[in-house]
Amino acid sequence: MSVKMKNKSIISLKDISKDELMYLMKRAKEVKEGKYGNFLEGKIISSLFFEPSTRTRLSFHSAVKRAGGDIIGFASAGSSSTKKGESLGDTIKTVSGYCDLIVMRHHVEGAARRASDVTDLPIINAGDGANQHPTQTFLDIFTMLEKKENLDGLNIGLMGDLKYSRTIHSLLVALSFFGVRLYFISPEALAIPERYTDYLDDINVEYEVYKDFKECGKDLDFLYCTRIQKERFYDPVEYESVAGSYIIDKEGLSYLDEETYIMHPLPRVDEIAVEVDEDQRAIYFEQAHNGVPVRQALIGLLLGIIK
Amino acid sequence: MGKKKERPYKVFKIEKGTVIDHIPAPKGLLVLEVLGKKNDGIVSIGLNFDSQKVGKKDLIKFENKIIDKEETDKIALIAPEATINIIENGEVVEKRSIDVPQEITGFLNCLNPNCVVNRENLQPHFEVVEEGPVKLRCKYCERVWEVKYDMVENKRK
Repeated sequence: MSVKMKNKSIISLKDISKDELMYLMKRAKEVKEGKYGNFLEGKIISSLFFEPSTRTRLSFHSAVKRAGGDIIGFASAGSSSTKKGESLGDTIKTVSGYCDLIVMRHHVEGAARRASDVTDLPIINAGDGANQHPTQTFLDIFTMLEKKENLDGLNIGLMGDLKYSRTIHSLLVALSFFGVRLYFISPEALAIPERYTDYLDDINVEYEVYKDFKECGKDLDFLYCTRIQKERFYDPVEYESVAGSYIIDKEGLSYLDEETYIMHPLPRVDEIAVEVDEDQRAIYFEQAHNGVPVRQALIGLLLGIIK
Repeated sequence: MGKKKERPYKVFKIEKGTVIDHIPAPKGLLVLEVLGKKNDGIVSIGLNFDSQKVGKKDLIKFENKIIDKEETDKIALIAPEATINIIENGEVVEKRSIDVPQEITGFLNCLNPNCVVNRENLQPHFEVVEEGPVKLRCKYCERVWEVKYDMVENKRK
């Protein structure tokens, strides 16, 4: 199988097919095994973070530097010419002359798509407001594939804020490429939006809905947790009454199977207790570290260096 | 029960122009807003007629104006059930077929205030993702919208 991804921009999960996703996963595995060495030597990547980020930005920087490439850019809009009133289009056109590929995060939705309108360079969307963050999904799927070679037939729990989390929405679309069964676990106020369950119905992906992970924990191969933001609730008392159903601590672990892996996009606040970190099922730091080889492989493919 | 009897009605007859009929009520005003009221001749609009086809319907007649492809596309987005007849010398010379376009640029604006279209004053661009009722996905922020009055009102001049 040969998939051409050279010069492609990765803005949204809808830009990528299952074949491309699997191709990326395969190459990311090879990158992680050290097959490609300093393949980004002589390449300059721009990292334009109009909105601050810790993990994603550092992970991209580490990815480029570890593959021998150079990275230029800024870490907040305040240190870019946006502050002087420059349009996004002009910033991108200018920066295009300085580099080979652009990684960008912006608080405005659609900013990365706009950037891809005005340049021929590949753009990687590292998050545009509440819209998309495709590389997070790629590293999530990569981490799952490392633990279970095949996702077909697996039971995957998605827990927490299923209403607003862009991570969950993107991941759900990618998981729908596989024959998985999804378990949506959330308080009613943060339930998965109907447009997503309609989508799953249309493509015949099976799912179940729960209010507490303890009711289905033993069935799960993966439990993917996200943070529930207190401010999403009108009534703080309501938050306090439900929060406990979405916190994994040592006691909560007993409701999971011996082989239920626990994932989280990080940062966590209190939804996974620190005491859980030592458990062999807790793989969220491993997951975050996988951002490096996955992003390296993606950059390599988009630049046509990795075939 | 027999068919509900339709009341006869009279709308200004035109010798030349366009008749847009079977617009499901209350979308008539929205269609008019989208097409614009400026016209060489009389523009007549009838609201809330009984219709066997669509229940309650609205009707618009543009005297002297033959609507073009772009305008037909606009109607298709709002009222794909409508029928469009082109009139010359008091006779119907063309029954214009309505096809929902796959993409649309320009006349509808994205309602997401945090969309780059609104933040950077760009030309809006939508893909049609569903046809009945029409749902549009903004090319940029990827939000999906049903066509609403607000989207037209916000259009840039």
